[in-house]
Amino acid sequence: MKRAIFAALVSHWRRNPLQLFTLITGLALGTALWAGVQAINTEARASYATAAGTMDTARFGQITPKSGQILDMDDYIALRRAGWLVSPVIEGDFTGITLMGIDPLTAPQGTVLQIGAGVPDFAAFILGEGQIFARADVLAKLPQGLKGVARADMAPDVAITDIGAAQRILGRIGQIDRLIVAAAQPITRRPLAEVAAHLTQAQPQQATDVARLTDSFHLNLTAFGFLSFAVGLFIVHGAIGLAFAQRRVMVRSLRAMGAPLRAIMGLMLAELMVLAALAGAIGVGLGYIVAAALLPDVAVSLRGLYGAELGSSLAFRYQWWLPSLGIAMGGAALAGAGAFKALSAMPLLASAQPQAFALARTNGMIFAALTLLVIAGGLAIWGHGLVAGFAMLGALLIGGALALPSALSSVLRLFGAGARGPLAQWFWADTRQQLPSLSLALMALMLAMAANVGVSTMVSSFRLTFVGFLDQRLASELYVSAMDEAQGARIADVAGQYATALLPIVSADSVVAGQLAKIYGVIDHATYRDNWRFLDGAPKAWETVERREGALINEQLFRRAGLSLGDTLRITPDLTLPIVGIYGDYGNPIGQVIVAKAVFDAAFPDAVALRFGLRAAPEGIPALRAALQDRAGLEASAIIDQAAIKALSLQVFERTFTVTRALNVLTLAVAGFAMLMSLLTLADMRLPMLAPVWALGMARKRLAALDLVRAIVLAALTGVMGLPLGLALAWALLAVVNVEAFGWRLPMYLFWLDYLRLGGLALLAGTLAAAWPAWRLSGMAPARLLGVFRHER
Amino acid sequence: MLLHVNNVTKSYPNAPVLRGVSFDLRAGEMLALTGESGSGKSTLLHLIGGLDSADNGEVVIDGVAMTGLDDGGRAKLRRDVVGVIFQQFNLIPSLDVGANIAFHARLAGRHDAALCTRLAYRLGLADHLAKYPEALSGGQQQRVAIARTLAAQPKLVLADEPTGNLDEAASDGVFALLCELVAETRAGLVLVTHSQRLAARMARRLNLSNGLIA
Amino acid sequence: MNVRAMVLWLLMMPLGAQAQGFAGLGNIANDGFATPLPNTILQFPRDHGAHPDYRIEWWYVTANLQGQDRAQYGLQWTLFRSALAPYEASGWQSPQLWMGHAAITTPSAQYVAERLARGGIGQAGVTPAPFVAWIDDWVMAGPDLNTLRLTAAGTDFSYDMALTAQGPLVLHGQAGYSVKSASGQASHYYSQPFYDITGTLRLPSGDVAVAGKAWLDREWSSQPLAPDQTGWDWFSLSFDSGAKLMGFVLRGGSDYTSATWIEPDGAATPLPNGAFKAQSLETHPLAGRELPIKWRVQLPSKGVDVTVSALNNNAWMATSMPYWEGPVTVQGSHNGVGYLEMTGYDN
Repeated sequence: MKRAIFAALVSHWRRNPLQLFTLITGLALGTALWAGVQAINTEARASYATAAGTMDTARFGQITPKSGQILDMDDYIALRRAGWLVSPVIEGDFTGITLMGIDPLTAPQGTVLQIGAGVPDFAAFILGEGQIFARADVLAKLPQGLKGVARADMAPDVAITDIGAAQRILGRIGQIDRLIVAAAQPITRRPLAEVAAHLTQAQPQQATDVARLTDSFHLNLTAFGFLSFAVGLFIVHGAIGLAFAQRRVMVRSLRAMGAPLRAIMGLMLAELMVLAALAGAIGVGLGYIVAAALLPDVAVSLRGLYGAELGSSLAFRYQWWLPSLGIAMGGAALAGAGAFKALSAMPLLASAQPQAFALARTNGMIFAALTLLVIAGGLAIWGHGLVAGFAMLGALLIGGALALPSALSSVLRLFGAGARGPLAQWFWADTRQQLPSLSLALMALMLAMAANVGVSTMVSSFRLTFVGFLDQRLASELYVSAMDEAQGARIADVAGQYATALLPIVSADSVVAGQLAKIYGVIDHATYRDNWRFLDGAPKAWETVERREGALINEQLFRRAGLSLGDTLRITPDLTLPIVGIYGDYGNPIGQVIVAKAVFDAAFPDAVALRFGLRAAPEGIPALRAALQDRAGLEASAIIDQAAIKALSLQVFERTFTVTRALNVLTLAVAGFAMLMSLLTLADMRLPMLAPVWALGMARKRLAALDLVRAIVLAALTGVMGLPLGLALAWALLAVVNVEAFGWRLPMYLFWLDYLRLGGLALLAGTLAAAWPAWRLSGMAPARLLGVFRHER
Repeated sequence: MLLHVNNVTKSYPNAPVLRGVSFDLRAGEMLALTGESGSGKSTLLHLIGGLDSADNGEVVIDGVAMTGLDDGGRAKLRRDVVGVIFQQFNLIPSLDVGANIAFHARLAGRHDAALCTRLAYRLGLADHLAKYPEALSGGQQQRVAIARTLAAQPKLVLADEPTGNLDEAASDGVFALLCELVAETRAGLVLVTHSQRLAARMARRLNLSNGLIA
Repeated sequence: MNVRAMVLWLLMMPLGAQAQGFAGLGNIANDGFATPLPNTILQFPRDHGAHPDYRIEWWYVTANLQGQDRAQYGLQWTLFRSALAPYEASGWQSPQLWMGHAAITTPSAQYVAERLARGGIGQAGVTPAPFVAWIDDWVMAGPDLNTLRLTAAGTDFSYDMALTAQGPLVLHGQAGYSVKSASGQASHYYSQPFYDITGTLRLPSGDVAVAGKAWLDREWSSQPLAPDQTGWDWFSLSFDSGAKLMGFVLRGGSDYTSATWIEPDGAATPLPNGAFKAQSLETHPLAGRELPIKWRVQLPSKGVDVTVSALNNNAWMATSMPYWEGPVTVQGSHNGVGYLEMTGYDN
């Protein structure tokens, strides 16, 4: 019996392949964007984790030779024999790959290539030709004849081999570039200066949690993926609804012949899940392609923005494809839930007239839309936490989408009332009549538009803010780091001669208002007064700070500790100052306090300034740079040029926009597809409406042209209505989600040209979607139109 | 006794439809159920077919009391004992004629290919087996519905205005075939019609009026 | 004894081959390595140095100490050599691998450190005369084996000790040829069990001046365990009478025991399989396993019947290949102190 029922149910798809195509494609496209974005995110996170674990030497202290000196095997042995737990590293470019030579016996705890943990065949690793560990895609770039071992847990574009093999391959026998200093050292270790005075030690960098810094970027991508999936869901909802509605006749016949409703529903559910799994699998495959295509740009963005390394190859990780498949099936179940409910509630003897699937419950929908929008508003005002932020986004978007049909209907009625002439009146009336059948596709289009407006606004606002922030923060022309106090003094010496100002950057850690914070002491200089802008500040805030009567705090501290301007801040047990300004501090996870240098020195007498900003006239910079290298003994790498950083940042943002634009086009294409499918489905049902107009003397080409115009009008109206929703979305992302997730609020800017471009894209999507159905109508055989009148029923 | 209907009542929210209807039907007997629009004749047929359930009274088919059956039990009864022919939309649009004819029998687990072929010939459908319902005329569609019902070999055939959607000529042809084939299978037939002309051709007639047998 | 904690075996073996025996010691083909032969005559000081053509080798010091605070302490300094191939080469391509273990056991704490190094680059090695054994900053050195300075340091402890031999070297088995199984596995094995030791332990709680007795074991081999042997319990006991007992049980299908009775003047009597008996009296849960920390040890031929108890039950060497090694006290027919090592107790 079940086989007979199943065969009957499935026969529907055979007779309506377009519906099947819509269902699978809609779900697959939605899943594809989601999966693609998740694939990128997962790959990125895995890369950060690997980078942190493999040989991210920044986590460890480093010993390097001082300028003009070298580090050799004798130094390594001398340090080991003096009790230093150091491990040698040699690094070099080898056919475009960074080849890193390490010693697995002494590599610090917690690195992947420690002995035992990572090297399965130690003899093969150190003896003979040795082995090169790298990702498969990196190994492929190596010359023939080297023995590679593919490992997925490696950082991109890095190959690791034994230090002996690396010295041979790089042609640098006996040489070492640097020594990694293990975090824990023996208690009897002799001072470095005593063992090897020509070497210098750098402390491990502040643990920069790359994953956290890049979260903001990934949130953008995730938002895109989620919204794309929502768009896909609308398509699926439409396709499933249509399929169910059209199968009402079949379901009644089946039941009249004694097929139990539960069996029918069970089989339909099974059928849906099989289709969803198939669509999900296709979507995952497409997602892989999308991700692989976007990854290089994403990689450049992340590397530039945050120094995070991301490979250019993509792994099929279950962390993204499994959830993607799950979300495809869950999404299909969600989209089908309404149809199933209607089916189970459908009386056996209800009118079996096949229906066009339409959203008829207008009043209920308006109510739901208003409720959701009110909830969104409430959450925006009173909500707390990331969950509330996302709930608000959801309510806002769904509420906005549900409000669309009524809003469009009102607008169309207005146009209709203003129309002169029978044709115009018919046009508007007919457009309105089509609205219920098209509303799902239009909602999808509006969501796509809103998503694009929202994310574009967020990304562009981020760029504008960040670049402004760089201008403000990187006001000095050069930034330098000294090894020690003596070098600091030499730098000051050079600065006195070649620079217009020397701005020490000195900080100490403290706990302020219950939050970890860095306290900075700054000197009195116009650089600060001229460049820094406050989110909120008392008049003459810098002057107050310089009079030692106030402190400035960053936005993170302000928000997390719930402080406000004028509050008294206890910076150390002996130091309390009122807050006179709050400044934006993007990308930094922890709190900051700025006080006058004199105040700082009194509170933290041990802190020594080793970093400096140097002001100089542009034409004086080369001389300053040369003097810093020659006279203060600074490495070129210890001098950072502000202009170079800014140029790099801008370049990086360009790549970010490439990604954003690609996603713009993809989401709108998905929405356009939804519209195409709806129009194709509608085409047959509309014949009885078009035939009388045709019979009254309107040419098919004219009718087709009007259909095209109708689609463009609807797309335009939808796009216009999507704009405020998109801006609301952008506001929510910038002012709610961002604050909850990262502790700072990004100011929102508007980018009208972008919106115009997006609107144009939406129109293009609508036009393209309507073109084929219109073309079919223009060439339709008159017999088919006549058939409407001849039909026996 | 194939069918025993005893004092059945049924009301819908606005008005009573059946107010105590009783009658019996023996195997091989054919009955026309007539009445004005809204007299309750279709409702009565649906109750007999287990498509709907009565408020009070009993319907016993082939010794099985409908009252005691749940949804699944009624579905089984429809599958195994009863065959229903509606006014229109009887067919599964996505299956071809051949598959439609065989469908109910397959559902009931007694598919007989020879019988299907014979019925297709008798009903003049042999040339249309590979067509889909949408390509058939209304009369042809109803003949497919009859073939499908009879291919399942039900003991009781229920027909709800089976020719109500056809012109007079087609209607007469379909009606004649239905009666002839049911008579050959010795099944019982309850046929709802508003047409006195067709009803007059049946051996036994019941006229419903105002929810009661007149 | 002994076969000791040769963690380094792990390094040279593909992981799959470790199915049998502790650290795969029971499952090794010869691969061109030298095999200990019964008639070898050990020559000193040459044989104090490394034997790169043998697969494994160690310089193993344990000491029972008493502090100026009257507390008992144990000390360990071990240098293992393990060869991937039977030769030495200079530079990073040396197949000789070195591992150091150092530990201090107090009644309530265990301090452990481990070092790894490659031969060929000068980071670790042993020269016989003057005697120097080193890995990184850990050193055992002196003009000869009779007078040594011993240092080691971890992140939370260090020690600096002076050792002076008060008796002769003791050759185990047949003139230093020590059989390890019924099927003939063997090693070259000698000891210097007569050191007086003094020095300073640096602990998180502060420095402690200590003095006591130390025992050096020297052993090298290429195939020390039979395939069915899974681990061992090794005892070095110093009795108040001045006599000493080294004995071990190699656990396997049937246990194999071996022992050496050492008179106060250094005269050694090798004892055959079965003469030495050790029976677990009490176990202690540690690192997910049950370890026997109290033993009844018997050597009937010498009238020995004693109870051996751990000073600190938690003397766990949490190194690359973990094992138990710690000081013990001896009571019964003889009283004294000693060291106990237990390997192959898998969780």
